Amino acid sequence: MNELFQGQKPISTRRDHMVMLSRVANSLYWMSRYIERSENVARLLDVNLQLMLDFADFNDQQLKEHWLPILCSAGDEETFFKLYERADSESVTEFLTFREENPNSIISCLFTARENARQVRDQISLEMFEAINECYLFLKSKNAQEVWKFGAHEFFEQIKKYSHLFQGLTDSTFLRTEGYEFINLGKFLERADKTTRILDLKYHILLPSISDVGGAVDAAQWQAILRSASALEAYRRFHVEDIIPNKVAEFLIFSTTFPRSIRYCLQRLDSELHRLSGKERREYRSQEERNFGKLLSDLNFLTIQEILNSGLHQFLQGVQKTLDQLDDHIYQEFMYHPPVDAEAEIFLQQQQMQQQQS
Amino acid sequence: MLLDHYKTEDFFDEMFTEEGGVRPHYQKIADRFRILDSAEHRRKQTAVDLAFMRSGVTFTVYNDDQGTERIFPFDLVPRVIPNNEWEIMEKGLIQRITALNLFLHDIYHEQKILKDRIIPPHYILGAKHFRREFMGFNVPKDIYIHICGTDLIRDRQGDYLVLEDNLRCPSGASYMLENRAALKRAFPDLYRSARVQQVDSYGAELRKVLQYVSPPSLGETIQPNVVLLTPGVFNSAYFEHAFLARQMGIPIVEGRDLVVRDARVYMRTTSGLVPVDVIYRRIDDDFLDPTIFRPDSLLGVPGLVNAYRSGNVSLANSIGTGVADDKVVYYFVPKIIKYYLGEEPILRNVDTFLASESEDRSYILENMEKLVVKSANEAGGYGMLMGPWASKKEVDSFREQVRANPRNFIAQHPISLSRHPTWCEEGLEGRHVDLRPYILYGEKITVTPGGLTRVALRKGSLVVNSSQGGGSKDTWVLNGDS
Repeated sequence: MNELFQGQKPISTRRDHMVMLSRVANSLYWMSRYIERSENVARLLDVNLQLMLDFADFNDQQLKEHWLPILCSAGDEETFFKLYERADSESVTEFLTFREENPNSIISCLFTARENARQVRDQISLEMFEAINECYLFLKSKNAQEVWKFGAHEFFEQIKKYSHLFQGLTDSTFLRTEGYEFINLGKFLERADKTTRILDLKYHILLPSISDVGGAVDAAQWQAILRSASALEAYRRFHVEDIIPNKVAEFLIFSTTFPRSIRYCLQRLDSELHRLSGKERREYRSQEERNFGKLLSDLNFLTIQEILNSGLHQFLQGVQKTLDQLDDHIYQEFMYHPPVDAEAEIFLQQQQMQQQQS
Repeated sequence: MLLDHYKTEDFFDEMFTEEGGVRPHYQKIADRFRILDSAEHRRKQTAVDLAFMRSGVTFTVYNDDQGTERIFPFDLVPRVIPNNEWEIMEKGLIQRITALNLFLHDIYHEQKILKDRIIPPHYILGAKHFRREFMGFNVPKDIYIHICGTDLIRDRQGDYLVLEDNLRCPSGASYMLENRAALKRAFPDLYRSARVQQVDSYGAELRKVLQYVSPPSLGETIQPNVVLLTPGVFNSAYFEHAFLARQMGIPIVEGRDLVVRDARVYMRTTSGLVPVDVIYRRIDDDFLDPTIFRPDSLLGVPGLVNAYRSGNVSLANSIGTGVADDKVVYYFVPKIIKYYLGEEPILRNVDTFLASESEDRSYILENMEKLVVKSANEAGGYGMLMGPWASKKEVDSFREQVRANPRNFIAQHPISLSRHPTWCEEGLEGRHVDLRPYILYGEKITVTPGGLTRVALRKGSLVVNSSQGGGSKDTWVLNGDS
């Protein structure tokens, strides 16, 4: 052992062809996160643009109150106001769809996802690469602009389809190895996070200052929340009555069967984490994993009323924070290697070589 | 229809004889293309191009602001080689790589060929890619050139000549494989009826070669960890690197994924540092290790060369093979073959003048307008003067360069490369082609039947390089002779 080993990860002697580069794990994870993210942004925009059709008489202030929370949940407010003066349907939609200055716009997400896919071109199936590459070529072509001009809805449909195609192909062509776990971690972590943000929109929209609580606007907006999470029909199968706010929140937080509920996503994350670590169920290795496990338990035992009593917004923020910590933990545990200081490394290698020769 | 107005002009044409008859091994293709109309052709071409674009069979163009990824233009008319011709080529290529490998062993050990004055020593000892520091170093199984891509051309008589040997990191094998897949999709019936020798085993063969040369210290029973080292996703050949890694089922790594500890190479994985035993490197010697070669290179791995020298990791190709594809050394290859094997070369060289020999130099300087002048260590069609097509200014500039540094230049008479019917705006026209077969050297030497046919798409152009307006064709070696 010499000084060069300090801070490095342990040495394994695996020669089983299934080892995975940390860089590859990182790329698979982000490829998957960004594709899921693009789909969520597309759905959110699509639903809200349609919603706006019913509220054509909104004034500037109302428009801003509607779009600002959406902007905050899916993008960066500061960057937005550097580029636009007003937050309205047109500006927000453009910002969240086409602006490359916004790293979370649909186009940025998919370009980044594709760049990550290129980095791991040797690891993913040809079908997966073709799907993401086709999506990239579509976005780069004039065609995308034409579809956009023709109708935003068709455009967002196309984006969602690319995501579904990619995720479906991942399920049907990708090896069930470590890489699959990183892809799933990325997907479900992003999805859980986005569901919290979609639900949190309601919290913003329903600030006491806004009248109309319980009115037509409200019902339409709760319905929009469900549609933004692709949950409207699923919800209706569970609740034949009208759309009731706390039932919506309950469904999006607690459902064990709806694949976009927070609890469902966390359960999937939990099993992927355990597959990766090789630990028994309910055994956690680090503080971040324990915090995550605790949140999952909360979801198993809390009721919606308890959450609403102590504050939905606070609860959702808590979920986001735990997910952020988990993301950092995954990075530290599997993807991070201490950086190599090139000059020091060259110097030490030269020294070592001379020692060997003398 | 497309072939009705085809003219062979004053060239050797691959498909037609001088009298205009179809060569027997092209009969099926000529028949098929005679009934192909341009609409159908366009449909097929579009389908192929789209498929390449979609699956990312592209190369990256530098000095191009937007859309840096392009497909390598692919021409649908396949190039055909009858089996009897191929057998000779194959023998010639095996002979050549065998001799060059013996030559590399010799110049890094006893240097008998220099002592026997077959090659003046200064040509070797002063060669840009000669690695003095590897004198006396033994490479696993004594194989230096694991992968070789030799460029062959045909002259006006149709004789095959070796134009250059690529012994460092020859590229293009992925296009050979993708072109075949594309042509099978475009012309399934024609392909089946022609009885073509397969190329699909290239990936498997390459993997066998890499496993075969694993470090002896690893022992025979342990499966080595083999990786492909790429400069990264921005390299123009990244598609090929990823493609070959996928064909072999090995990881593709960048310099930053590797780290050397106690003269062993490790890759940084999710389960910690994992040993690497064999590296198929697609990075030139100079960039492999900033400790030894270029300190400014960020592509390589500090300590890699020491690990290699310690016998803990194998590299393919070995370090120092570049000395054997120096164009000045090329001049001596026929002598090298005779010296080590006692045989006459099966494949001829192009007649070459060495600028550092005074008689040759005078000839070069006096006849520069008629000659092709090449730098000794450039590739990709760069650093080259095509005398008959060059401006006076270019000729003068080369004349100066040759005078200043004669060791760095050779000259040849331009060869009027053979032509091949190729799809152009106005239908099928003759375009110049070359051929790069791929030779793998492991437990035995194998040559993949065919190779990459490159075609100069610009009318009259002799430059087939992808960076300079070249395209490619599928290359068929038939099971029989027609």
